[in-house]
Amino acid sequence: MSKLEIKDLRVSVDTEDGAKEILKGVTLTIGDGETHAIMGPNGSGKSTLAYSIAGHPKYTITGGTVTLDGDDLLSMTVDERARAGLFLAMQYPVEVPGVSVANFLRTAKTAIDGEAPKLRTWVKEVNGAMEKMNLDPTFSQRSVNEGFSGGEKKRHEMAQLALLDPKVAVLDETDSGLDIDALKIVSEGINTFRERENKGVLLITHYTRILRYVKPDRVHVFVDGRVAESGGPELAEELEANGYDRFVRASV
Amino acid sequence: MTVLDSVKDSLEMGPSGDRIESHLHPEGSFDVEDHAVPTGREEIWRFTPLRRLKGLHSDAPLDGDAFKVELDLPEGVTGASVPVSDSQRGASGLVPTDRVSARVWEAATSVLELTVPDDYVGDRAATVRVVGTGVDVASAGHLLVRAGKHSRSTVVVDYSGSATWAENLEIVVEDGAELTFVAVHGWADDAVHVVNQHASVGRDATLKHVAVTFGGDVVRSDTSVEYAGPGGSAELLGLYFADEGQHIEHRLFVDHTAPKTKSHVVYKGALQGEGAHTVWIGNVLIRKVAEGIETYEENRNLVLTDGCQADSVPNLEIETGEIEGAGHASATGRFDDEQLFYLRSRGVSETEARRLVVHGFFNDLIRKIDVPELEAKLTETVEAELSKNMSVLTGATENGVPTA
Ligand SMILES: Nc1ncnc2c1ncn2[C@@H]1O[C@H](COP(=O)(O)OP(=O)(O)O)[C@@H](O)[C@H]1O
Ligand SMILES: [Mg+2]
Repeated sequence: MSKLEIKDLRVSVDTEDGAKEILKGVTLTIGDGETHAIMGPNGSGKSTLAYSIAGHPKYTITGGTVTLDGDDLLSMTVDERARAGLFLAMQYPVEVPGVSVANFLRTAKTAIDGEAPKLRTWVKEVNGAMEKMNLDPTFSQRSVNEGFSGGEKKRHEMAQLALLDPKVAVLDETDSGLDIDALKIVSEGINTFRERENKGVLLITHYTRILRYVKPDRVHVFVDGRVAESGGPELAEELEANGYDRFVRASV
Repeated sequence: MTVLDSVKDSLEMGPSGDRIESHLHPEGSFDVEDHAVPTGREEIWRFTPLRRLKGLHSDAPLDGDAFKVELDLPEGVTGASVPVSDSQRGASGLVPTDRVSARVWEAATSVLELTVPDDYVGDRAATVRVVGTGVDVASAGHLLVRAGKHSRSTVVVDYSGSATWAENLEIVVEDGAELTFVAVHGWADDAVHVVNQHASVGRDATLKHVAVTFGGDVVRSDTSVEYAGPGGSAELLGLYFADEGQHIEHRLFVDHTAPKTKSHVVYKGALQGEGAHTVWIGNVLIRKVAEGIETYEENRNLVLTDGCQADSVPNLEIETGEIEGAGHASATGRFDDEQLFYLRSRGVSETEARRLVVHGFFNDLIRKIDVPELEAKLTETVEAELSKNMSVLTGATENGVPTA
């Protein structure tokens, strides 16, 4: 199972002028094994949605619910959510100096599985995942994301997706800033993940480009902190042809 | 501005003057009477909690014997306690620049001389263990380490137990020698240690000086380096961890007294618990003769809980324009929430995430220290220090949700 249900989610951030509401009632259900794309202009609240689901401390939930297979994610700590099967690929992955990728991956895998992975098969798995993402095996010895190019950071996120094997992946603009070759590699990573049983994907993107490689079951247009319209893949085609104008104007 | 002032000073010195007016280089004296009892207002004492020094800085007798010294030496390296009159003390150029050092000079009856012969090459470290057996009486010690010409060796001084310990420590790295010198302050919680170290780096010689400080109630370690000839290089590395109530002070002074010399200073510390206080003073003086030198100094502090204080004062004075490079960096920061969030979003618990970040903070430094005998111990030390206060660290709440 991998059902992610978001109901009437309201989120604000603290600003100098007090709390500012960013998500204004988001309702969305990603059924078992489905891939949904969320598309929206910059500043519409896409990252806020992703971070809020994952539990980033900057965001305050003021209303609504988020459940994964019926379990209340919002009452869990950040790491409990990950152990419950949630994965967030970040728009801007964070550098952690002095912590090697190998150590990081092993620690994360151990935390999620509740036991250390078998050393022998694990090293092979890690090398395999790195290779699929076209990352040199020496990456394992480098500090997490430190000195990685933008594209390498995103491919490293996808290697983690493959290795940590969550139930639901929230991918926040994983496609942004990638050249066409990297985009194909990353798309391949997402598709390989989707081929596994019962995996849900929430693909957040600004561009329609990635949807040529990763076919969504549903497309949601996100404007000003809420879903403005939902539809099938044809909605992405309309966005490709006409852009966000119709939706942005409608929301004003 | 410092640099302009010192350039002016050097112009006033005249062609033959090698007297330096710099406040970085106080005139030393062997006579205790020349050093007034500090009040705490003096520049060099203003960070130190004098009341906790058990009189080391004033008049406490230094004739205690509440300590043991054990030597573990590889073949070829010699160690002997030599009466002051027969000793080589002063060989490094050490002249006491504060009252504690002058008092130790006066009180010492013997000098422990550790000698690495010329051309010696050894992988196994020579270790001096100073084990304190009580804080009630104050003791004084003088250690002189001499690395003979073209030798390559490692010397570790390992402090443990309880002591009120005042010390002069001299390091002489003769021409072409390579010495790694490590001081590990693993004292018990009640120890008080004030040490003045002075190193002389010979022509084309290399000193790697490492301070590892995590024990003691008060540790004040003063380290100065001068160069006996051109081409010498000094790398000063420090790793420290201050807990609740602990005062750890490292004062460094690199005096570029010869051309084509190098200094590279990296000190990193972590602080946790109420009243943990660290002080890092990084003074570098580039004298007029010291053309073509390179210097870099860096101090980074990671503050793990509320109630800690990290003082960090880099200070660079340049009296010649002909240098290869000079720079410094100083930063004190808290845990980075974004790093913790990233790690936790991968399932790693908050405790484990903090542990990873702290190990990561120290890792490159531990790699630089690169003394195989010590590496495991350093990692364990960081681990042990962290586990002491993990309960403090995990008391935090996040996003209104209490953490497990
Ligand atoms: N800390 C903050 N203070 C004020 N406004 C913020 C803060 N964080 C985000 N915002 C605002 O929230 C809105 C949504 O941001 P974000 O979720 O990053 O959008 P997207 O990912 O769709 O580009 C933007 O208008 C942004 O300026
Ligand atoms: Mg965004």
